Amino acid sequence: MAPMLEVKNLRVSFPTHRGRVEVVKGISFDLGRERLGIVGESGSGKSMTGRAILKLIRKPGLVTADRLAFEGIDILDQSEKQMRAIRGARISMVMQDPKFSLNPVMTVGEQIAEALVTHEKLPRHAVNERILSMLEAVRINDPKRVAGLYPHEVSGGMGQRVMIAMMLIPEPELLIADEPTSALDVSVQAQVLDIIDDLVTTKGMGLILISHDLNLVSRYCDRILVMNSGAVVEECAAGQLDQARHPYTRGLLAAMPTIDESRDELPVLDRTQWAGT
Amino acid sequence: MSTRDWLLEDSPTSRWQANAGRAYRVFTAMLRNPLSVVGGVIILVLILTAILAPWIAPYSATGQDLANRLAPPSEAHWMGTDELGRDIFSRVIWGSQITLTIVGLVALISAPLGLLVGAIAGYFGGWTDRVLMGFTDIFLSMPKLILALAFVAALGPGINNAIIAIAITSWPAYARIARAETLTIRNAEFIQAVQLQGASPLRVIVQHVLPLCTSSMIIRVTLDMAGVILTAAGLGFIGLGAQPPLPEWGAMISRGRTFILDQWWVATMPGFAIIIVSLGFCFLGDGLRDVLDPKSEGK
Amino acid sequence: MSAIELKNLDISYGDTKVVHGINLDIAEGESFALVGESGSGKSTILRAIAGLAPDWTGEIAVLGQARSHGVDRAVARQVQMVFQDPYGSLHPRKTIDATLSEPLSIHGLGNQGERVEAMLKAVGLDQRFRFRFPHQLSGGQRQRVAIARALMLEPKVLLLDEPTSALDVSVQAEILNLLKRLRREQGLTYLLVTHNLPVVSFLCDRLAVMRHGQIVEVADVAMLKQKRLGEAYSQELLAATEGQSPA
Repeated sequence: MAPMLEVKNLRVSFPTHRGRVEVVKGISFDLGRERLGIVGESGSGKSMTGRAILKLIRKPGLVTADRLAFEGIDILDQSEKQMRAIRGARISMVMQDPKFSLNPVMTVGEQIAEALVTHEKLPRHAVNERILSMLEAVRINDPKRVAGLYPHEVSGGMGQRVMIAMMLIPEPELLIADEPTSALDVSVQAQVLDIIDDLVTTKGMGLILISHDLNLVSRYCDRILVMNSGAVVEECAAGQLDQARHPYTRGLLAAMPTIDESRDELPVLDRTQWAGT
Repeated sequence: MSTRDWLLEDSPTSRWQANAGRAYRVFTAMLRNPLSVVGGVIILVLILTAILAPWIAPYSATGQDLANRLAPPSEAHWMGTDELGRDIFSRVIWGSQITLTIVGLVALISAPLGLLVGAIAGYFGGWTDRVLMGFTDIFLSMPKLILALAFVAALGPGINNAIIAIAITSWPAYARIARAETLTIRNAEFIQAVQLQGASPLRVIVQHVLPLCTSSMIIRVTLDMAGVILTAAGLGFIGLGAQPPLPEWGAMISRGRTFILDQWWVATMPGFAIIIVSLGFCFLGDGLRDVLDPKSEGK
Repeated sequence: MSAIELKNLDISYGDTKVVHGINLDIAEGESFALVGESGSGKSTILRAIAGLAPDWTGEIAVLGQARSHGVDRAVARQVQMVFQDPYGSLHPRKTIDATLSEPLSIHGLGNQGERVEAMLKAVGLDQRFRFRFPHQLSGGQRQRVAIARALMLEPKVLLLDEPTSALDVSVQAEILNLLKRLRREQGLTYLLVTHNLPVVSFLCDRLAVMRHGQIVEVADVAMLKQKRLGEAYSQELLAATEGQSPA
């Protein structure tokens, strides 16, 4: 059986006054019903990869690929209208900051309802039931009350859970989470990721978790791609991160301070080592 | 090293080079926008005309030739002559000096005044803000032309009083913009950083807040110039601005009104001048907005 | 002498009191961390010491001198602050040179050119960055400039508000190394606000855990390294951080 998502030689480029610059330089991977982590620092092209899969790269950005297919559908061939039917319903995306992703003048419940009914026609009471059970699924204690709140009345962690509820209620097959927790406190981060993890596993969805945090990704994913300046420099199973071979991955791991830190100086990445790879 | 390389140098070696480089980048970005180039050329022509008026104008602006009154456009008089036989082309050219003086002085008086009032109100907030903005709102609540009319009526007609009246009526809009801009940046971390270094409020406002307000101010002033020219022309038209025989464009239209059906050129030619110069300022202002907008910078 | 002394410090924003009854004594030359989640009031304490949150009661003493509520010039030469966001803390229209010279001009200090050059060198920035604008610099380079600006007046105490949380891991390591080296070379006192416990472990001697505007626990970093913090909440924080380290 073909994998759910096939990506072959994906390239994303933007024009600048010095000519076209590629931010994603030909990356390839397949994704089944599994959890894939894409790790990289700012400018590594990890977010662009996620957006390219949903065809969210706006002009003058240019996306090319030998193959970019979701369940056999060639994404690059789809019209904007066809993409709208895929986005949300079959592939969903959770963004970094809930403050900017939620509509400030609609209640939480209305927004989740909208996410649901645009993809599925349902009677009103069924919609309400689905919303409440979804809010429960993202571990919101008092779903009835929260559904009536406006985005500014909920905390960051709660907002992000609402976002996840919104993204998962149409029951997509693939969830792309782009730095879903970097705007949140450490203790809330774990909760939010646990929720995503739980839902993804029980519903048998695919997950692409995009993050700058190697440890976080290794904890929540099965497989990891490490990206640096637009290319995948390392691909490994999450458990084998400590055996990473590429100097960039090793450098990243070493540069992170630990709780029981005893080094007097942190090793700094020598960026010349793999320049050109 | 060519001047261009020097200007586009990635690591300038002096503050002067860094600022010149930034100005050059703004300038080249302007050149990429055809409308702003058109606007810039019109304004440049206006300035050159004003400076070179004594050499360009074929006739005197005030010299009468009663034998040749109300002559239609011809080779001798490109825009015809008016009711006193004065060459309209020469008058339009001399008039550019008056227009430029009005525009320049109004900008010079009202923009800094508005900037300062707005920045002070926005930076200090509280009562300072309420008092200054209350004062500004009083001015804003009255129609500009009527207010200018009242001032000129009180001060007496004349070009200088017209300039003062227009300046007094146009600063409140700038104060509003400067205040809005200041509010968005007064809590920025770079402002807090200079406060922490012990800078006085005056220093923070003048050296750190105002430079960030100026670009939106320049845009707004440029766009408003068209309005200023029209107001000045309006004052001239009703006889409260420039007095005869000064070749002010608005006053010229007013004089030509009597003959508009039979001798159309008397009123139309200065009208064209007003339209073209106003358009020039608008184009230039739009172009500046695209280039100077701080939100689009750094990309 | 203590570098920073806080006694019964309450801080309010408008009508809401956000920090309650803080007592702290930070010795000269010490590196002290305030740890907690967002909304715990840790940044507010920093801003009160700097003079940016003037609505407080109690006592704040800096290097033995009681501090006034606003910003003042004398304190400016003793205490400086580094902000979290390297993109928002530099004036977008001023060159690095202008930004670094500004504190010298404010205090009427001479030799500006030489001092700026020396400071760029101290924070590991090449001289060719001197006349660039902030948008021509990367996040890490900007943060170096922000640190350089804070050090221009040769202060004794540096307030660090999450100085690396907006940076990439590899850049964070560079900035942490820089901060450590500068403290050693210039005998600085640090008060660091962060939510990142490993950073505390690398850079600090002592820490205070904060929650809901109060200090829950003050501990030595050795206790943190051995994961032997006393209070339940501190352990919770530790567990949340630990959860993200590879097992």
